[in-house]
Amino acid sequence: MEKQISVKVCLGTTCFVMGSSNLQELIETVPKKYGNKVDVAGVPCLGLCSIDWEFSKAPYVKVDDEIIKEATVEKVLKAIDEKLK
Amino acid sequence: MAMNSNTPKQTSHLKREILVRVIKAYLSDNFEENTRLIPYAMRPKNSDVPNYRCCIFKERAILRDRTIAGLGFSIEETDDSVLLSDLAVKAENRETPQDHPLTVLTTACKGCVPSRIYVTDLCQGCVARPCVNTCKFGAISIQNGKSVIDPEKCKNCGMCIQVCPYQAIQKIIVPCENACPVGAIAKDENGHAKIDFDKCISCGKCASACPFGAVHEKSQIIDVLKQIKHKRKNQKRVIAMVAPAMFGQLPCTPGQLKEAILKLGFDDVYEVAQGADITTKTEAHEFVERLENGEEFMTTSCCAGYNELVDKHIPEMQHFRSDTKTPMYYTAEIAKCENPGAITVFFSPCVAKKREALNNSNVDYVLNYEEIGAWMIALGIQVAECEESNFKTEASAEGRNYCITGGVAKAVQTLLPEEIPAHPVIIDGLTKQTVRDLKKYAKNGMCELGNLIEVMACTGGCLGGNSTVNAIKPAVKQVTNYVNESHSIKEQFEEQKN
Repeated sequence: MEKQISVKVCLGTTCFVMGSSNLQELIETVPKKYGNKVDVAGVPCLGLCSIDWEFSKAPYVKVDDEIIKEATVEKVLKAIDEKLK
Repeated sequence: MAMNSNTPKQTSHLKREILVRVIKAYLSDNFEENTRLIPYAMRPKNSDVPNYRCCIFKERAILRDRTIAGLGFSIEETDDSVLLSDLAVKAENRETPQDHPLTVLTTACKGCVPSRIYVTDLCQGCVARPCVNTCKFGAISIQNGKSVIDPEKCKNCGMCIQVCPYQAIQKIIVPCENACPVGAIAKDENGHAKIDFDKCISCGKCASACPFGAVHEKSQIIDVLKQIKHKRKNQKRVIAMVAPAMFGQLPCTPGQLKEAILKLGFDDVYEVAQGADITTKTEAHEFVERLENGEEFMTTSCCAGYNELVDKHIPEMQHFRSDTKTPMYYTAEIAKCENPGAITVFFSPCVAKKREALNNSNVDYVLNYEEIGAWMIALGIQVAECEESNFKTEASAEGRNYCITGGVAKAVQTLLPEEIPAHPVIIDGLTKQTVRDLKKYAKNGMCELGNLIEVMACTGGCLGGNSTVNAIKPAVKQVTNYVNESHSIKEQFEEQKN
């Protein structure tokens, strides 16, 4: 079986307030769109915001090892599509 | 994808970033200087300029204006020559917040053209020319084979839009004007949006609608931070009063939320649902009384935006609006009574409550959920890792459900006697149309759809408020879970009767 792509939506306080609240829909829509090719989950703070002033680049999403800054639904879907190519 | 109030928007990201920076500056060892530096920290030398602005200097000027709102001042009334560092000092020395909570950033506003009807390139210059024939004002003529509208003659009736077989005629809207249910915001002669505060009902719809983020709330965050900082010296406890919608805003349990708020420096946290329970009991009693006296209907009175609408635009509705006070009112009364001399801060999903608080001496300050979220970011509080802390007074399921559209009517219904049933009518968001409907009910003295009208200025209820953080769907789910594990108000009510 192919390796699953892992998508982690950071639901730490900073990411949530800066916009990952609006990324929660990914947790529902991604499995519908990609089936078991992608494993998506909301996760506790990934620790990316606490480095100096990096809160301004939140929300963060990790697609496998790739870190997406100022993540939006569109950016995350594009990153998944790239990996599936 | 359709734009709605819950679409992630770059503008709310910017507003929240400014708030975090203002709070961090206040908590740093040099508030004035670090405030002055905010626009430069956000757009350092040689950094990229977003493609919607001409240059880094304008971008910084706009960030400066946003910081002014974050400090709690009116952008319109602040002279360009005043330094942010001086405003920081002024904010810290201020005794009371400024009166009207909304302010417009005109430099950011210039981007949209005045609302008008426009013939697009899709016009085929057809033989039938229904647009020309339909226009009662002779505003449409044919130039170079295509229809053209003379703006001097056009009255914006929109008939041409309806008759064009190619759907080639469109109305260009100004989002703030379009969103305002009472026509209180409009472009002035210079093309800048201006709020008419005599008409404004503080619903905050313009702030949510503007794609340039040009409508700001004047924040009271500095005032509250100052109270927390000096609470020992002043010997004043600082109490948070948390409206039901707050429990759907952050990824944590209600108990963790309380603990997180205590970590901000508050001495105690009250659930406003506790006050909502008093509203429910009083309003149910009032409803029975009014119907027994032969009245046709009653409206709720808990939404601050609706209350301002009635007082400013539909005075004939005052008679039908419940005289019961809002959950904020009762909660603040209890909090002040139990903590004499304390400072009370209401945690609000919307800007309208800032107006309501100005007329209530029991509520000292109002913070919205964006401001609370920004504060937690500034302090690095992980809500999901907080301990559980219990509320002293248990509020009911119905009180906790007030923030979801329909929740208030449902709560009142729970306590009505069988012989006087309510037929609820839910106004789920004020629009130009629902305002017309309400005017009609008030004028006719009756509403054919029912006898208990619940009015929520925001679609979705308080969870759809202009300064909420969470998207509405997950927020509803989170609040509903909390409601489901709470006791019904009916149990409380029966106990008190016995």
